[in-house]
Amino acid sequence: METLSTFAYLVSAVCFIMALRGLSGPETARKGVIFGMSGMGIAIVTTLIMSAHSWGLITLGIIIGGSIGAVIAKKIEMTALPQLVAAFHSLVGLAAVFVATAAFFNPAAYGIGEIGNIHVGSLIEMSVGLAIGAVTFTGSIIAWGKLQGVISGKPVVFPKQHALNAALGAGLVFLIIMLCVTQSITFFWAIVIVSALLGILMIIPIGGADMPVIVSMLNSYSGWAAAGIGFTLQNNLLIITGALVGASGAILSYIMCKAMNRSFISVILGGFGAEVSGGNQDLGDRHAKIGSAEDAAFIMQNASKVIIVPGYGMAVAQAQHVVRELADKLKAEGVEVVYAIHPVAGRMPGHMNVLLAEANVPYDEVFELEDINRDFAQADVAYVIGANDITNPAAKNDSSSPIYGMPILDVENAKTVLFVKRSLGSGYAGIDNPLFYQDSTYMLLDDAKKMTENIVKAME
Amino acid sequence: MEEDKQSLTERAADLANQANQLANEAATLAVEASEPAIEVVTHGDNFFLSGLTVFILACFVGYYVVWRVTPALHSPLMGITNAISSVIIVGALIAAGPADMSFSKIMGFLAVILAAINIFGGFIVTQRMLHMFKKKS
Repeated sequence: METLSTFAYLVSAVCFIMALRGLSGPETARKGVIFGMSGMGIAIVTTLIMSAHSWGLITLGIIIGGSIGAVIAKKIEMTALPQLVAAFHSLVGLAAVFVATAAFFNPAAYGIGEIGNIHVGSLIEMSVGLAIGAVTFTGSIIAWGKLQGVISGKPVVFPKQHALNAALGAGLVFLIIMLCVTQSITFFWAIVIVSALLGILMIIPIGGADMPVIVSMLNSYSGWAAAGIGFTLQNNLLIITGALVGASGAILSYIMCKAMNRSFISVILGGFGAEVSGGNQDLGDRHAKIGSAEDAAFIMQNASKVIIVPGYGMAVAQAQHVVRELADKLKAEGVEVVYAIHPVAGRMPGHMNVLLAEANVPYDEVFELEDINRDFAQADVAYVIGANDITNPAAKNDSSSPIYGMPILDVENAKTVLFVKRSLGSGYAGIDNPLFYQDSTYMLLDDAKKMTENIVKAME
Repeated sequence: MEEDKQSLTERAADLANQANQLANEAATLAVEASEPAIEVVTHGDNFFLSGLTVFILACFVGYYVVWRVTPALHSPLMGITNAISSVIIVGALIAAGPADMSFSKIMGFLAVILAAINIFGGFIVTQRMLHMFKKKS
């Protein structure tokens, strides 16, 4: 039986690897999901056969959880995807805390000792899973709150913040040692409380636009938590899956950091965008040209190539559908339309791609930064909608700018730049954008959705 | 003749007894010998090393597989990793499994619910995303 279940878990782990492998392209990805589901099914059934007696209760739990999950996943707006993912991460974290607690109170069920006499190795592994789980839980709730707008997206900074976090981290190590020495319940709960606090304090200083990094990081943490629990349970499937998820989240964080030219450490330490710092170049008395929807319609209809650059503002305004309408109109008149996506556009990795896909934009019209950046010089129009910092030329030529060195989309090279923005204020990072004052730029000052709708109307 | 027969049966019985004793001793020896082995396996001192091996190798597999994921599908990647990290449900099922009620069982039951939300939610939302990605018709 033991051998058989080990084999089944192995099959399930291979299914998970195939699921991730499938994501190398949209066509294979759908098969990948099937692999993932099969792997999960095998894992659950195997465990049930091996060690469960109260099937009724367990089925009830799966039905309750499954229906909640299914309803949420079917109803959620694609623009709210980052919040949803953050919320899901918090659940993985909490589940890890619950499993660790269950193992602490009934170690015999997991074969790791008796109450008050749990093997030290297992206790350490359990504490690690517990602590990461609790950090993931509260950290993800704060991230969810910031993305949902329940908590202010502005970084919360206070004096001695990093010292406090470091002290909590050190305290956590001390508590884990004490738990191993004393096997006392008090230290067990203390670990939960300190980790939960640490999770909150780690995420509050981080600003809204750094969220892609944070969401990826929490994704990674949820994996490490699962791996920690896997060591406690001596279960290879949990270890493998935890490592896969952990590695995946870590790579995404790395990609996001690179796209912002920031180190992971500086993102974690937070405080970015708290105050306007540097980049106060003398703009003289340059004026921005304000354009109307009619102007924009005229310019675009007479262009031969238009590149659309979407950003978080498009998601907030839910403008993706009307943007596609605009593109359809232009295509009908023989204009070539493509989309350019910056890796950190939006609030989670790949957010813009999903929104455009939702609006039925074919994925072969959507290009990543390095594939399209050269094409701006040949484009007649760059239509920038709800993106700001990722188009800011200051990142290239102003070494005092806080975003200096960040790779940007070279929209300034297009013959005309149409920049949709609510007001002439600076972007998230609090940095003025010289693009606004360029001769070839027309500022279209309105809500992203309304402005695009007006342009579509003006074309008729 | 009669006496000879009797002594023979007696001796045969003696031999059988001795054989029995030997077998018993061998059995106890075998049990004793296997005990330390069982101890090692259940104490998991060995498991940590083999688990670590598996862990490190899986990190490498994850590293190479995830770098091949196209950036356009990074959101579905998060959805699917979220769903599979809920394989932690395996631990929850073990806790919720025992027939009699306990604090540990309640924790397990709650963890089953949370993990199930994630599994169903994660896979369904990923599928929804992927169904949207279409090629130029």
